[in-house]
Amino acid sequence: MLDYETLKIIWWLLVGVLLLGFAVMDGHDMGVGTLLPFVGKDDVERRIVINTVGPHWDGNQVWFITAGGAIFAAWPLVYATAFSGFYWALLAVLWALFFRPVGFDYRSKVADPRWRSAWDWGLFVGGAVPSLIFGVAFGNLLQGVPFHFEDNLMPVYTGTFWALLNPFALLAGVVSLAMLVFHGANYLMVRTEGAVYQRAKLASLIFGVVMLAAFAGAGVWVSQGIDGYVITSAVDPGALPNPLDKTVELKAGAWMANFAAMPLLWLVPGAGFLGGIAGLLFARMDKPVLAFIGSAVAELGVIGTAGVAMFPFVMPSSSDPRSSLTAWDSVSSHLTLDIMFWAALIFTPIVISYTGWAYRKMAGKVTPAFIQANDHSAY
Amino acid sequence: MVTEEVVDLSRLQFAATAFYHFLFVPLTLGLSFLLAIMETTYVMTGKEIYRDMTQFWGKLFGINFALGVTTGITMEFQFGTNWAYYSHYVGDIFGAPLAIEGLMAFFLESTFIGLFFFGWNKLSKREHLVITYLTAIGSNLSAVWILIANGWMQNPVGAEFSWVTMRMEMTSFWDLLFNPAAQAKFVHTVSAGYVTGSLFVLGVSSWYLLKGRDLEFAKRSFRIAAAFGFASALSVIVLGDESGYAVTEHQHTKLAAMEGMWETEAAPASFTLFAIPDDATRSNRMEIKVPYALGLIATRSTDTVLPGINDLEKHAAQRIARGALAVVALEKLRAKTADEATRLLFETHKADLGYGLLLKKYTPDVSQATPEMIAKAARDSIPAVAPMFWTFRIMVALGFLFLALFGLSFWFSAKNTFMEKRWLLKWAVWFIPMPWIACEMGWFVAEYGRQPWTIYGVLPTHLSTSTLSPESLYGSIAGFMFFYTGLLIVELFLMFKYARLGPSSLGVGRYHFETSTRPAHA
Ligand code: HDD
Ligand code: HEM
Ligand code: HEM
Repeated sequence: MLDYETLKIIWWLLVGVLLLGFAVMDGHDMGVGTLLPFVGKDDVERRIVINTVGPHWDGNQVWFITAGGAIFAAWPLVYATAFSGFYWALLAVLWALFFRPVGFDYRSKVADPRWRSAWDWGLFVGGAVPSLIFGVAFGNLLQGVPFHFEDNLMPVYTGTFWALLNPFALLAGVVSLAMLVFHGANYLMVRTEGAVYQRAKLASLIFGVVMLAAFAGAGVWVSQGIDGYVITSAVDPGALPNPLDKTVELKAGAWMANFAAMPLLWLVPGAGFLGGIAGLLFARMDKPVLAFIGSAVAELGVIGTAGVAMFPFVMPSSSDPRSSLTAWDSVSSHLTLDIMFWAALIFTPIVISYTGWAYRKMAGKVTPAFIQANDHSAY
Repeated sequence: MVTEEVVDLSRLQFAATAFYHFLFVPLTLGLSFLLAIMETTYVMTGKEIYRDMTQFWGKLFGINFALGVTTGITMEFQFGTNWAYYSHYVGDIFGAPLAIEGLMAFFLESTFIGLFFFGWNKLSKREHLVITYLTAIGSNLSAVWILIANGWMQNPVGAEFSWVTMRMEMTSFWDLLFNPAAQAKFVHTVSAGYVTGSLFVLGVSSWYLLKGRDLEFAKRSFRIAAAFGFASALSVIVLGDESGYAVTEHQHTKLAAMEGMWETEAAPASFTLFAIPDDATRSNRMEIKVPYALGLIATRSTDTVLPGINDLEKHAAQRIARGALAVVALEKLRAKTADEATRLLFETHKADLGYGLLLKKYTPDVSQATPEMIAKAARDSIPAVAPMFWTFRIMVALGFLFLALFGLSFWFSAKNTFMEKRWLLKWAVWFIPMPWIACEMGWFVAEYGRQPWTIYGVLPTHLSTSTLSPESLYGSIAGFMFFYTGLLIVELFLMFKYARLGPSSLGVGRYHFETSTRPAHA
């Protein structure tokens, strides 16, 4: 069995991998859903857009589900505290996601245009709302969240839903929404041609720029205007997890400390910018596959930046800083982390390989001719 | 902070969303294998009609599957949103199967379901057949893992409480995996799914036969469903008995409530076929008993005594008194005011800690618990008898009716005379909803019968919730009702629409509504 400290670090990385997998895979079909009413002007065009992700959205959504399950297993205190604290935000995500399975599957089963248009907007909500809220959640984590633990470790959230919608968090929401739409637009360029392709290209250029600007703005804001957190007691990463066993302080500029200590880490936000810029350029040059890879790298950079800035914090508490949850003290037992590590190590590559196979089998442009030929079976 | 109202509302929300999720699960479990069987026949015989069958039943499968996914997502996150203390207290064990379920099962079924629908022209025949099997295997694997999780709540093995981290921690993954309660649950629940899928195909095909439409298509579907359903109906009963045996081993309170067994009887106990249990007077009226039957079924022996409710309560009261000592010692340990004697006291009574926690419903300071509180808590440890007694009997009765229906269908389809047996076809149509009722009754028995615990003997339900306000819960319950009602209406509308259309909906030009100028297609 690997030692406890190593496993805690590995799990911090693995949660990052799952979030990235979610952004790259589910992110692109959420982006496609968000763009659907705008890049598809008539029914055939919209069916083209939907069918680019038709065979894959469900498998992609499992990245989200699995990330949830993995946080439950590896960081049970984070699962308990974050999801009960962000109650209404999470419900908004879930309810928005309700529109996706039924939107995809039911839309083309009835020909009435009102029916179809209703589901189109459903798919828009199912793509845009979660993309926005994920960013808002990260924006709040960076600022600290008002919660504490009772003596028996019952988490108590003392904020309100509306407090989550503060300016910095909304900016973070714009970063994530623009990022996923950018990524989705690049994907659409890979799989379509003609008018839809041109509109997707325009969307890629717009949202790529928005993402870069908002990401830069958030970066400046964090370095200048947001206090980070530091652990002020001795840290024993191998200790049994107990979040109440430490002292924590709020400190200006603390979220920059990891970068100062390890300048190599600047590569992470660097990847955010470089990936974004490359994605934009390739989209302009009509090289959609490379543009898609570019936006995926940008996602790695953006998500990684938030994680690296906060490490080892995962969910700092603004009202009772010592209750803050970190990668050291919100984790499962040694045995569980070890078993879950092996499970992830075995299954993740298997999943990635058959997902790749599925995409290869379905590759190629979705055309009006395809929609007509498959009128009864396509979405 | 957490009031009884919050606990009740959380239970209501969980129960409602879980019951709702399980409207879609059994059909997915059963139909996915029926599709695999139909497609296998297609690949082996090369007859197009079997391909049409796979595609048509696949369409209905897809309509159902979409809501299975929609409602499943709720379940995945609801432990965190509404059962935060539960998630902290047992996440170390409970989270693992849930995460593995995602990695191993959901990815598989969800990735290949897409290819099932879209891959007909892009994959070779064999490739397509393989992905149909993988979808079916994926959905059944998801049942394995979630039922391992649920089985652990019924019979928490392979775990130990740690006062440092204030939670249960895993001591053996293998014990968790090979938990007998989980195995019994898995086989019983998937068989229930197969019954559901078979009866659905049987019933809808019977309706076409009664209408005289698409006869060839309906006959073949009927035969497959009758054969698969007959085997499944047998196994759901045999394996239900296995579930009952697992309950007997691990959950005496549930068994006693299911059986309305107030007093301990001399072994082997008799089985109560009919009674009107009365929780107020703690007795049954109008009992009809079968001597020895329960003892033989439940313990598989003639000399193991099954404890009755009154004795179970006395036993619980003793454990609660001991558990109270453990709770008090634990609180001192947490406050770092404990001496060696306290630590020893805790270790001695740790096994009863959960029972001590039952008292928290009546007093925050367990050291002040009175004998009346202990008596009340002991009373809580037995689920209400009447609902348990009846739901269990409805499920079992339906099980035998399914066996009869499938037995006859199988018999007449072997003799090739089922088309003339209109009473049989009508029976099949009217029985379409019944497997759902049986499944929901089964979950009621399993989950309500676990009360007052979320983790049997370890964590009381009233301590498991999040610290939410009642307003939040009213709001979320209203939201779920709104969305779920709307979604159900849409789903049923499409199900009926496509079931009525029948294979004509495939647009291949060979079926009733496309050929209706000619006599029904033969
Ligand atoms: C015995 C089987 C069984 C039981 C008890 C449950 N489920 Fe379920 N679930 C399935 C069997 C299943 C399935 C057959 O695999 C589904 C149903 C229809 C479907 O589309 O897949 C599914 C779908 C499904 C999904 C969507 C998966 C996807 O996108 O493919 C999630 C996230 C969950 N479930 C989670 C849960 C949770 C957290 C449960 C417990 C509280 C639960 N399910 C009970
Ligand atoms: C899908 C089928 C299921 C149905 C229909 C179902 C039904 C129910 C019902 C009726 C309750 C309320 C009991 C009460 O409060 O009186 C409940 C509670 C609960 N169930 Fe299940 N359940 C299902 C699956 C599961 C599974 C698979 C798990 C765990 C993996 C689970 C975990 C829980 C929990 C945590 C509660 C809340 C605490 C409680 O009230 O006991 N359920 N469920
Ligand atoms: C003679 C027939 C049957 C017997 C003896 C039987 C027995 C049982 C028992 C004892 C339980 C409770 C298990 C627990 O508490 O953990 C249960 C649960 C359940 N039953 Fe049955 N059952 C029968 C028929 C059926 C039928 C026909 C269906 C549906 C088609 C069904 C569906 C279920 C489901 C879904 C559950 C909940 C999951 C579980 O706990 O396994 N049962 N059954």
